[in-house]
Amino acid sequence: MSTASVTPARQQAGALVDDVVRRFGDRVVLDHLDLTIADEELVVLLGPSGCGKTTLLRLLAGLDRPDGGTVEVPARRAIVFQGDRLLPWQRALRNVTLGLHGPDAEQLARDALAEVGLAGRERAWPKELSGGEAQRVALARALVSDPELVLLDEPFAALDAITRRRMHGLVRALRQEHHAAMLLVTHDVDEAIALADRIVVMSQGRVDTSHSVTLSAADREASVSREDLRAALLADLGLAN
Amino acid sequence: MTEISPHPAVGEAYSPATDAPAPATDTSAPAQAREVFVAAGSRRTSAFTRWRRRLRWPLGIYTTPVVILIVWEILAELGVLGPTYAPAPTAIARTAAQLWRQGVLGPDLAISLRRAAIGLALGLGIGIVTGVIGGLLSSGENLFNGIVQIFNTIPILAILPVMIVWFGINELPKVLIIAFGAFVPMYLNLFAAIRGVDQRLVEMTHTTGAGRWRLVTRVIFPGAMPGFLVGLRFSLAYSILGLVAAETVNANSGIGFLITNGQTYLQTTQVFVGLVIYAILGLLADQFVRLLQRVLLQWRPSYEAS
Repeated sequence: MSTASVTPARQQAGALVDDVVRRFGDRVVLDHLDLTIADEELVVLLGPSGCGKTTLLRLLAGLDRPDGGTVEVPARRAIVFQGDRLLPWQRALRNVTLGLHGPDAEQLARDALAEVGLAGRERAWPKELSGGEAQRVALARALVSDPELVLLDEPFAALDAITRRRMHGLVRALRQEHHAAMLLVTHDVDEAIALADRIVVMSQGRVDTSHSVTLSAADREASVSREDLRAALLADLGLAN
Repeated sequence: MTEISPHPAVGEAYSPATDAPAPATDTSAPAQAREVFVAAGSRRTSAFTRWRRRLRWPLGIYTTPVVILIVWEILAELGVLGPTYAPAPTAIARTAAQLWRQGVLGPDLAISLRRAAIGLALGLGIGIVTGVIGGLLSSGENLFNGIVQIFNTIPILAILPVMIVWFGINELPKVLIIAFGAFVPMYLNLFAAIRGVDQRLVEMTHTTGAGRWRLVTRVIFPGAMPGFLVGLRFSLAYSILGLVAAETVNANSGIGFLITNGQTYLQTTQVFVGLVIYAILGLLADQFVRLLQRVLLQWRPSYEAS
């Protein structure tokens, strides 16, 4: 129904979601939702399954169109899915160059793989990679195009706790290098606290509450304010006892 | 710790000097079945196992055919099987060599192979082109699917009379029968394979900014490759079936003619020579596709030489 068009950005923002409605049949999944992601901001979208997180992310990715309202995103954007979604018939390097053109594509892909700690694994088939390695290739594939907006759809949900913590460290390191706005969808409260500049709690198709997180790296691990934040988030999710 | 251990050696603290394990520990803890895994070579093997291993299928899957051949040969030599019913394998080989020397087998084989090659090229070519169009475009699907589904229900042998009525008994109907046999399975399998490519990967490809060409060449074609090879295997098998049908019903040259001729003059050995050649052609075609699978599908996580 609505079409995508390239318009000059009305404001300097990573992404702008304005009064968006999305229905599937009779079910209203996104109910007049507003969300702004600032430049270089990492927003974590937290919410239970079925609250519309992934729907919102797909709208931002351009994989879906809203039934009402507008979604404004940079043209250069990348998405990391829940599964790695690597092409099993291409080696790691060719998976990263999928969207790249030009003579330096291969070198860019090599650099991207090195950045996620997979230098030397360029010629590995996806079946030879562990879950964490495969997800890192997916991360490299997303970052190699130097996107202005990176969308992450529960990217670490399928990984074990140890690998997930390593991936959190990797995301923090990558943010030093890549100045992109990020939206990370998760249902893991600890992951949200570990990574977010701002945590947005969704429920019933709307943004329920928003918490800015200004804790230091050490405080995110263990501190009184961390526990307060955690308690507040759990209360927002309706899990407080 | 020691109480639940089923090994008397570990539970030694309770029964230090007795040979028999203490009955008290056995009854207090239920007997647990344990399995011990060690490296394959380090296990002591019994004489029976060693003997059995030496006897293990020396030729793999070809053991049974070879055993049948040997038994067949023996029965034929003993006169149990009459030469007009089932000539000995060595007699078949001798006849094949003789026919070759007489200059009968070579030309016949060449003619059959040429028919198969032209028919296959035609059928596979049309099958691949229409399969790709049908798989990639919904208009292509509407254009081709109905007619191929109808073709698929018609047995290849049944269209032979029509072919003869239309094109006579020259080379054209034979080539067309073979092409028909190759075309239908190739189209159907390729169409299904292209449509069956994981949509999540297609979606992912769109998000990387890759264009249509990249999508088709790097995602859809490689993703459809396993199905394409299945189609190729069926195509080869069906085209050989078409070859046999076309050559047996009306021909004055080719392997099928050799067989019909042998039947007419009760030259059973010659019939068997033709059958063996057909079998070898079929085996070679199958091995060719297996080789392709091994090369093209090495990325598959659960790849097995099926």
